[in-house]
Amino acid sequence: MAGKVENISSEKLWGGDGSPFRISYGKQWMWMFLVSDALTFGGLLTAYGFARHQADAWPIGEETFNAMPFLGSGYPLLYVALMTFILIVSSVTMVLAVEAAHRLDKKGVTKWLLLTVVGGFFFVGSQAWEWYHFIHGTHYGSILTTEGWAVVDYVGEDLVLKFGRGVEAIGERAQELWQGAIALSGSSEPYTMQGANLIENEYAPMVPQYADFFFFITGFHGFHVFSGVVFNLIILINVVRGVYDKRGHYEMVEKVGLYWHFVDLVWVFVFTFFYLV
Amino acid sequence: MSHDTHHHKESFISKYIFSHDHKMIAKQYLLTAIFMGAIGITLSALFRLKLGWPDDKFPILETLLGSDAAPEGLLNSNWYLGLVTLHGTIMVFFVLTGGLSGTFSNLLIPLQVGARDMASGLLNMIAYWLFFISSALMAVSLFIETGPAMAGWTIYPPLSVLEEFQSGSGLGMTLWLLSMTFFIASSLIGGINYIVTILNLRTKGMSMTKLPLTIWAFFITAILGVLSFPVLLSCAVLLLMDRGLGTSFYMSDIIGPESGALDATGGNPILYEHLFWFLGHPEVYIILLPALGMTSEIISTCSRKPIFGYRAMIGSMLAIGFLSFIVWGHHMFLTGMNPFLGGVFTFTTLLIAIPSAVKAFNYITTIYKGNVIMTPAMLFCIGSVSTFISGGVTGIILADSALDISQHDTYFVVGHFHIVMGMTAILGMFAGIYHWFPKMYGKMMNKRMGMVHFWATIVCGYGVFIPMHFLGEGGLPRRYYENTNFPMFDHFLDLNVMISIFATVGVIAQVIFFMNFFYSIFRGPVASLNPWKSNSLEWTTPVEHVHGNWPGEIPTVHRWPYDYSKPGKEEDFVPQHIPLTDDEEEH
Repeated sequence: MAGKVENISSEKLWGGDGSPFRISYGKQWMWMFLVSDALTFGGLLTAYGFARHQADAWPIGEETFNAMPFLGSGYPLLYVALMTFILIVSSVTMVLAVEAAHRLDKKGVTKWLLLTVVGGFFFVGSQAWEWYHFIHGTHYGSILTTEGWAVVDYVGEDLVLKFGRGVEAIGERAQELWQGAIALSGSSEPYTMQGANLIENEYAPMVPQYADFFFFITGFHGFHVFSGVVFNLIILINVVRGVYDKRGHYEMVEKVGLYWHFVDLVWVFVFTFFYLV
Repeated sequence: MSHDTHHHKESFISKYIFSHDHKMIAKQYLLTAIFMGAIGITLSALFRLKLGWPDDKFPILETLLGSDAAPEGLLNSNWYLGLVTLHGTIMVFFVLTGGLSGTFSNLLIPLQVGARDMASGLLNMIAYWLFFISSALMAVSLFIETGPAMAGWTIYPPLSVLEEFQSGSGLGMTLWLLSMTFFIASSLIGGINYIVTILNLRTKGMSMTKLPLTIWAFFITAILGVLSFPVLLSCAVLLLMDRGLGTSFYMSDIIGPESGALDATGGNPILYEHLFWFLGHPEVYIILLPALGMTSEIISTCSRKPIFGYRAMIGSMLAIGFLSFIVWGHHMFLTGMNPFLGGVFTFTTLLIAIPSAVKAFNYITTIYKGNVIMTPAMLFCIGSVSTFISGGVTGIILADSALDISQHDTYFVVGHFHIVMGMTAILGMFAGIYHWFPKMYGKMMNKRMGMVHFWATIVCGYGVFIPMHFLGEGGLPRRYYENTNFPMFDHFLDLNVMISIFATVGVIAQVIFFMNFFYSIFRGPVASLNPWKSNSLEWTTPVEHVHGNWPGEIPTVHRWPYDYSKPGKEEDFVPQHIPLTDDEEEH
């Protein structure tokens, strides 16, 4: 049966009145799949926008994501920028792999595809770290004050309470709120929430949807990247084994290339919605 | 090419079960759909008993559904909702989406465009088996103790989220969502295959404007599916998370029954409705268009006249397909939508009337002064056009955001969509079965039984759904278990009895079809090569199916498929593969 499928895709069979896109059925298949996948992400991101629009408060990306591995916090969006950069570079190496594939250059394809796989692995690993950090939470968490939830931070020795949307309390006002929060909780400490899960999160304690969507959409995207890395690896193994040399063309490299660029493109949107705006 | 036409030694399993051959897969889809359809319509007859005779006891209900569902023959309220939900789900998704597109897209696309098989036979097989698993899961959910999903076929949260709300929101709803996940995967794979086959595997000479209208309809249907089902997937996955993982995408801070306050805060059930109806409305056309496409083909063939306005037909289908994505809000006029936005949705919805009317007029003008041959398929097509018009007219009332206020969620809506979507599509599907049965099984179906089946179906169909408009005008809400507590609805009791009688007779009448269908498969008279004297390519393939469809070369196409009663020709039809003569003009 496998032979039959190949046979149908070959140029000779085409007899219609001008091939509409001048590509094989396999590549057309991939394009159609990407269109449908784009709508899945479209649906999810629209839902995200809907939830964010009706929420009272929404955390600011620079404040939530300001940590670097080994260096601690205070580096707003630096790590995610690095991740994004590497993912985009992996798109460039993919382009070079496809270009080498057109020239039937086995060595070139192997080199560039391998680099793409490495980039993909780095991205997935970084996302795991981001998740870990997001779930673990900040040093001090959020406390429930009389004015609502506030993220606790210290500048030197001074207490800072961040209410989101850039509203902060410092100095005496912060101390006042801290005492009020202790009175509110009825114990010796304010009511504190730390980290994030599907039910609650410290970044936007009144808006569980923030963490829900973060986990779900970045997770769904991460799953796509992970599958992409696996596809790329399989194709890479086939390239090394010389499968496509025997077949006479490297179209499979182009197909996984399409998928890989799509996943990168989706990340640009996810990145924009969760980190930038 | 010789590669494909070699006769493979095939085992029973690779020929009849895990077949890659599109003709066998089409038959598998059809049989699954007929099985699911039998369940679907039986369910409707069962809950009609409750609506027609609210206080009577029907021992048959206890026999069929068990003593939990119908103690002493009185259907309980949860199970009533379960039957309504499964009836809707099965008819919409399994019969009229999976069954209709799956059967006829698979059968006709390769045959009518002149291809050896679908672009990917393997994925085609996988699509069918996903559909089969999905059907099995849905059918199994009828047999569990807590009952099937009970939140209506639209499964709006919060009703569908927590088991505390109704027993069906437990395991039944999990099975429903699982089944739909398989279904979505199946229709995506199937749909992409249809699109790619139509675009890439047409035979020599088969330009897009020489395609039969059936193919255009399947093409646009597949595009709608590929664009809308992914959004249903996102919608359903978020619902699964709310049910299983304690997120609150759709759950707002409402109070749950017994359990008191819920943990959920900040979610919004309206979000679900938006995501659902973004699929839900195109879904209407995913159901309708294949039926309308087959109707075009059959009406032209059986009127012995070229289809009137071939390009207008394509244009109106494209317009309907496009518009179907920007009208979903008309399902949600009463969700507190901004009246201005409601006005926009009213406008876009009313626009659909234009291409729809173009199609209706084209059908009528094709039949007008034609040399009409009344086969059962032709009768079903005329019936289909009739319901398309009569159901479409009431749609204009519902499309209006102001008029909709009094009709929303009443039986008026039920009557409207059953006529315009349900009956039009099911009559079109029957037409397709009667017309292409010789191509599927190489046998002819009994004509007289087909006619009886048609008249029973259309009379009972109108008998059920037209009175529902009066119920709705009178304010009777849909989905209510019983109306005896509301004295204002007492005078509708007789009307409900009449509807229930028509429904029961209509369901029993389908036995005529089942008998005819299964008898003809085995004992029907053998079909000739081209029994309806039709032009399209599928009638040039041998009656006995061969792998690769044509034993020799695929024919080259020289003309459009509607050269019926062309002046100067001896016969009143000229098939697509006959070259134009020197002095002949293209249609």
